[in-house]
Amino acid sequence: MNRLQEKYPTEIENTLAKYPPDQKRAAVMPLLYLAQREYGYISKQALQEISEILDVPVTEIGQLVGFYTLYHDQPGGKYRIQVCTDLPCALRGAEEFLEQLCENLGIRVGETTPDGLITIEAVMCLAGCDRAPLFQVQTAEGLTYHENQSVESAMKLIRTWQSIP
Amino acid sequence: MKRPYLLLRHREIPDLNDLTVYRQHGGFEAFRKAVTSMRPQEVIEVVKASGLRGRGGAGFPTGLKWSFIDNKNWPHYVVANADESEPGTFKDREIMEGNPFQFLEGLMIAAYAVQANVAYIYLRGEFWQLAHQLDRRIQQLHNAGLLGDRLFGTDFSLRIYTHLGAGAYICGEETALLESLEGKLGQPRLRPPFPPSVGLFGKPTIVNNVETLANVPLIIEHGAEWYRSFGTEKSPGVKIFCLSGRVNRPGNYELPLGTPFRELIFEHGKGIPDGKKIKAIMAAGASSALIVADDRALDTPMDYESVPTLGAQLGSASIIVIDETVSVDWLIRKTVHFFQHESCGKCTPCREGTYWMKHIVDRIYRGEASQNDVELLYDVASQMRGKCLCALGEFSIEAVLSAIERFPQDFAARVAQKEPAL
Repeated sequence: MNRLQEKYPTEIENTLAKYPPDQKRAAVMPLLYLAQREYGYISKQALQEISEILDVPVTEIGQLVGFYTLYHDQPGGKYRIQVCTDLPCALRGAEEFLEQLCENLGIRVGETTPDGLITIEAVMCLAGCDRAPLFQVQTAEGLTYHENQSVESAMKLIRTWQSIP
Repeated sequence: MKRPYLLLRHREIPDLNDLTVYRQHGGFEAFRKAVTSMRPQEVIEVVKASGLRGRGGAGFPTGLKWSFIDNKNWPHYVVANADESEPGTFKDREIMEGNPFQFLEGLMIAAYAVQANVAYIYLRGEFWQLAHQLDRRIQQLHNAGLLGDRLFGTDFSLRIYTHLGAGAYICGEETALLESLEGKLGQPRLRPPFPPSVGLFGKPTIVNNVETLANVPLIIEHGAEWYRSFGTEKSPGVKIFCLSGRVNRPGNYELPLGTPFRELIFEHGKGIPDGKKIKAIMAAGASSALIVADDRALDTPMDYESVPTLGAQLGSASIIVIDETVSVDWLIRKTVHFFQHESCGKCTPCREGTYWMKHIVDRIYRGEASQNDVELLYDVASQMRGKCLCALGEFSIEAVLSAIERFPQDFAARVAQKEPAL
């Protein structure tokens, strides 16, 4: 059974319609996002399903998951906090911000809180250098930006997630 | 009197990202004019005559690029490069949020000029929210009869689609972007052939940066001569300078090309925090050579011809300000880590070169290095020059070489200190 195909026929059809009929492979990145939304990460099952939909070998799709940093082949926290620590942000205190945020959460960069709620990651430039420290929050649904942050404002945001049952 | 904004017009006109408001301010008249009263070749000639140069970093003349489109091979495509990923660059994001229709109109005029019936906007995956906003705006343009079949009763039809990347700096390189759009690894192609001959899906394709395209409606509306009244003779027009780093007021500043560094950093950016002294400038984000910020440099005009006299490039005009408290060995550790992470792995000089540079800068940072290691780093970086498949690899060495050449005292101090930086 192809869960993506069965659950999202219209969405898949609309995605494929963006590209020439003989270039179905171009839809692989949008479908990987769809799979991540459905499964929370790119599972082996998801790779198989996309492979069937697009007629592209599983290994070639798996390769993309490794190449592009916004696809995850392992489940992580429900909220992935991705802090930019590149040069312009580092000049505005992003490294210290990340360190203190980790201390507050009791986890190290790359780790997930024991309740499975939060994974914290250091990422490359997010195109918000004038509003550092900043981070994006990636969930299965999508991405949101949070700019001009302090540890206090970030913890405030995190507490709103913790209160969601 | 203050010059009105040309690109960041939303800062003066409230709700310019609303289609009705944009049209009340003359929006889509340039597109209508092009499609209904100009031949495609005429549009290309006007853009050529304006002297507009690519704002993504390379500074290649836009009209000339359009004129390279292969008219013997069809269909044609236009792709907007909205992959904005250079550390220090955040201008395209502001355009697409604040003044999206001017960018879309530019894209539509470009499509008409090269007779493409489909255009794609390739956005970096992090711009997920922006992509959804653009999708809604594209739908509004369909509803308003500005996109779709037989526009204004002519034979010209056009559709625009967004496409999200998924986190890879290399996809800002136009051939890597096209590979990614085709559903492959974002790795640069061997050139030639260049995209105007063989581009997306093997068809002739024009790839332009978002800011470049946002200039186009104004040029069609007001003419090439008018556009040339801004900027310098060889670098006409205005540019959005992204100011970041150790400066009191970071942000985007739209200024004529040729504005001196001093005006941007000290007048608009209000100088360096805590009364510190400026030490260095990076003009093209992490891809920059380090410019020693002396009086000569500060008085140098920021345009495509003048910045190279300082042994650097203007690139995407992402001005990162470095103050006296920053040690450049720490700085290049940041840039080298970035490029090592983002190297696509296709060509050996970049893949191996960035890997070894990373190991050496880490050793220097940990206080475990000798002067020999600094020389080894210089040697590794030098050997990469001219051998990489694309600009990512070539630019990864700019900060390293210039740091060692222009700030040797920082390395000498670090090597003597034998303890970690910062």
